[in-house]
Amino acid sequence: MACAMLSTRGIVDVSDPPLLQIRGLSISYPSERGAIGALRGIDLELAAGECLSVVGESGSGKTQLLLAILGLSAPSAQVRGSIRHRGQELVGMRAAQLNRIRGKRIGMVFQDPMTALNPYLHVGAQITEVLRQHEGVRGRAAEQRAIELLESLHMPEAAQRMRQYPHELSGGMRQRAMIAIALIARPEILLADEPSTALDVTVQAQVLSLFRELRERTGTAIVLVTHDLGVTAELADRVAVMYAGRVVEQADVRTLFESPRHPYTEALQASIPRTDAALPTHLPSIAGTSPDPAALPPGCAFAPRCLYRLPVCQMNPPALIESTAAHWKACHYDGVLGKIRGDAA
Amino acid sequence: MRPTHGFWRQAFERLRRQRMSVAAGLVLTAIALACLLIPMLSSSDYYTPHYEYLSRTPTLAGGHWLGTDPLGRDMLLRVMWGCRISLAIGITASLISVLIGVAWGAIAGYAGGATDSSMMRAVDILYSVPYVPFVIVLTLLFGRQVWLLFVAIGLVSWLDIARIVRGQTLALKQREFIEAARVSGTHGAAMITRHIVPNLIGIVIVYATLTIPTVILFEALLSFLGLGVQSPLASLGSLVADGASEMQSHPHLLIIPAVFLALITYCFNYLGDGLRDAFDPRDR
Amino acid sequence: MLRYAVHRFLSAIPTLLLVATLAFVLLHAAPGGPFDSDKRILPAIQQSIEAKYHLDEPLWRQYLRYLSDLGRGDLGPSFQYRGTSVNEIIAQGFPVDLTVGAAAIVLALIIGVAIGINAALRRGSSEDYGSMAIAIVGISTPVFVVAPLLVLVFAVNLHWLPAGDWVGGSVKHLVLPSVALALPYIAYIARLMRASTIEVMNSPFIRTARSKGLPLRVIILRHALRPTLTPLVSFLGPAIAGLITGSIVVESVFGLPGIGRYFLTGALNRDYTLVVGITVLYGALIVLFNLLADLCYALIDPRVRLR
Repeated sequence: MACAMLSTRGIVDVSDPPLLQIRGLSISYPSERGAIGALRGIDLELAAGECLSVVGESGSGKTQLLLAILGLSAPSAQVRGSIRHRGQELVGMRAAQLNRIRGKRIGMVFQDPMTALNPYLHVGAQITEVLRQHEGVRGRAAEQRAIELLESLHMPEAAQRMRQYPHELSGGMRQRAMIAIALIARPEILLADEPSTALDVTVQAQVLSLFRELRERTGTAIVLVTHDLGVTAELADRVAVMYAGRVVEQADVRTLFESPRHPYTEALQASIPRTDAALPTHLPSIAGTSPDPAALPPGCAFAPRCLYRLPVCQMNPPALIESTAAHWKACHYDGVLGKIRGDAA
Repeated sequence: MRPTHGFWRQAFERLRRQRMSVAAGLVLTAIALACLLIPMLSSSDYYTPHYEYLSRTPTLAGGHWLGTDPLGRDMLLRVMWGCRISLAIGITASLISVLIGVAWGAIAGYAGGATDSSMMRAVDILYSVPYVPFVIVLTLLFGRQVWLLFVAIGLVSWLDIARIVRGQTLALKQREFIEAARVSGTHGAAMITRHIVPNLIGIVIVYATLTIPTVILFEALLSFLGLGVQSPLASLGSLVADGASEMQSHPHLLIIPAVFLALITYCFNYLGDGLRDAFDPRDR
Repeated sequence: MLRYAVHRFLSAIPTLLLVATLAFVLLHAAPGGPFDSDKRILPAIQQSIEAKYHLDEPLWRQYLRYLSDLGRGDLGPSFQYRGTSVNEIIAQGFPVDLTVGAAAIVLALIIGVAIGINAALRRGSSEDYGSMAIAIVGISTPVFVVAPLLVLVFAVNLHWLPAGDWVGGSVKHLVLPSVALALPYIAYIARLMRASTIEVMNSPFIRTARSKGLPLRVIILRHALRPTLTPLVSFLGPAIAGLITGSIVVESVFGLPGIGRYFLTGALNRDYTLVVGITVLYGALIVLFNLLADLCYALIDPRVRLR
């Protein structure tokens, strides 16, 4: 996928091979009602140093996507397709090899730091063990590096925190600890699963600015999974919108917000009340409900709720194609969107 | 607000799909029917000694399908009576347990505060009391009277049920319909009986079913030690004890009541497990 | 941590007091005096016996005397074995209980934990279902059924092991009693460990550990072991009560000269002080083990200590 990308955060050199290349990734789970497809043919790429935000509602499969990259899907999951990291195929890789990538080349921040940290171990131990495993650094040296990292993440009284247990820390501090765990071995990719969702709003803002700092300082590539468009607007270079296990639109962040080409994206944006315009008389929402992954309609999964529905939409699922430069969408409707925006009623 | 019709139906469906629990339930029903009907339909009784048939081994021919005991009494009848006694004591005593436990737990959980802490402290302390030795001492002192047996056995499990019920009550208290009821004027006893208790029924059924085997085994233990039902009446426990002393020469006297006892407790445990999964499905 | 320990220790005292008081009440609630027998005793002799055992004092005085005796560890004289104190009888029988009980616990822990964790790691396999089905049987079958059956199979029919009796230091005599005692615990611990392992291995923090690239061995030993074992520790406290009951049965079936058997014979022979004394001992053991279990739990789980 050769393209020139200009983002507000600088020019990314696309002659670098993509850090992450996902092709046709599908994950299904066996259940009493037949196989449930959590991911149905995902194509994505991540270039060095860029921040890719994956946006979708609960059940769209975005967390599954992240887990699959590190081989952390549930044992019953059937994973098909390809995930290449610098050319190495991660799907089906043996655990011993995968363990050399986990934590060291690709780090992950999980959604709820309270449950994602081991309540029986000191926070410091949970950070330094990553160093011990991947760089052989132990003892005082490892602790030193952990403390430095925590301080750079603005953790108050970092040295004391190292010897405390997760339940003794506040939510924001726990999240910083999680981020430290993911970053201490200096991975080139950071996978972040809703990093601010489980936190209070004020702490959310802090965590987001942490991420921004991180990008500016270290140039780590980030895959940021979120359902919050605001977070996406703040941090992302490029955005992929997911619905019912598929990517339905992909573009750089500015383009996506200014001229979305998929009805779902348009509807998402429209459902957020804007503070710079008069409040509408009723909040627009997307009619209908999220589809049941076990009972997906034939054709496009969004069709039942789509305002631009064509007859073909209910028969053939649309493929993800590049409609304009670096702007991909999976939709049969080629006309101009705008039914929702601009109408206040 | 009571649990809806759909709640029961869903639970029943989930139960139906657990094949082992259904099988257990069927076996128990079969045993219950057998022990009710067989003695009624039989011409002889379980207590008259027949010195001509001493300790016969089980044979299909000749009428004594499960053999006879050292006094010539038919084992099938004695085991059926044993099942009757064990089941009767089991169900009645566990009902006593459940009633006391539910009352204690619901009141403690609903009242909250100091009442709750002191009631549950009492439970904690009572937990540490060596129950079996105390009951043995009681039967020693006051003789083997039937009412004592029922009460003592009934008191063995109420502690567990009280704890569970209190926990559930605390959780229920947070739910909105309690708030709604309180606003509309329901308080105290009315609140407990009309709103809390009906929502406990599911969990109470589960634990009542799981208590029955504990109670049956406790009674059997007492009988085994010579402190339970008195001759010529026989419970499964006393039959096992009798059989144990004869086991070198006539092993069937031990094995048959042992099998029935194990079967009954095994089935109640499986049924209770299934009920628990039916009312509260979680990843097993 | 120390505060927690002291706190738990202090709350054990009312329990002990309750057990002792109940025991005292029972001792004196018995219809008929402790020395009632079929023989008639001359009133003068009756009086001197009562004076000797302080039975002529008001009840509250006897109670205080009883408590102070207990405080010194004196459980009084046995009525059955004249001239021997309850303490001496307990001292004689306790080592037997200790040996059999310890063997049973060790057996139950090793086998139960192994079966349980193995079943969890091979979840859904026939090994899993098989061992859990056997576990249910083990839990449902009472000790007093298992013990005679074991004797029947291994002693009477196969002649591999002795049917009972006790020879100090002989392993052969230890096997059947401790296996009989351990069986329901093996089953329960196996089920417990299986459920616990499954729950822990599915928990979010184990997923985090995997995402760090840690090898499985490190994950299990460093991250999973402690949370998996905590329910076991909670269980062992109350388990002692069952072990006590079980020991009464096992000693009866196998004819072991332990406290359980003295308790039973004491009960049948109306030796009140012995029976009540042993009951108090049992109560103290239960309280002690619960205390130990709570302390171990606090050692393992840091979240408990701050309460």
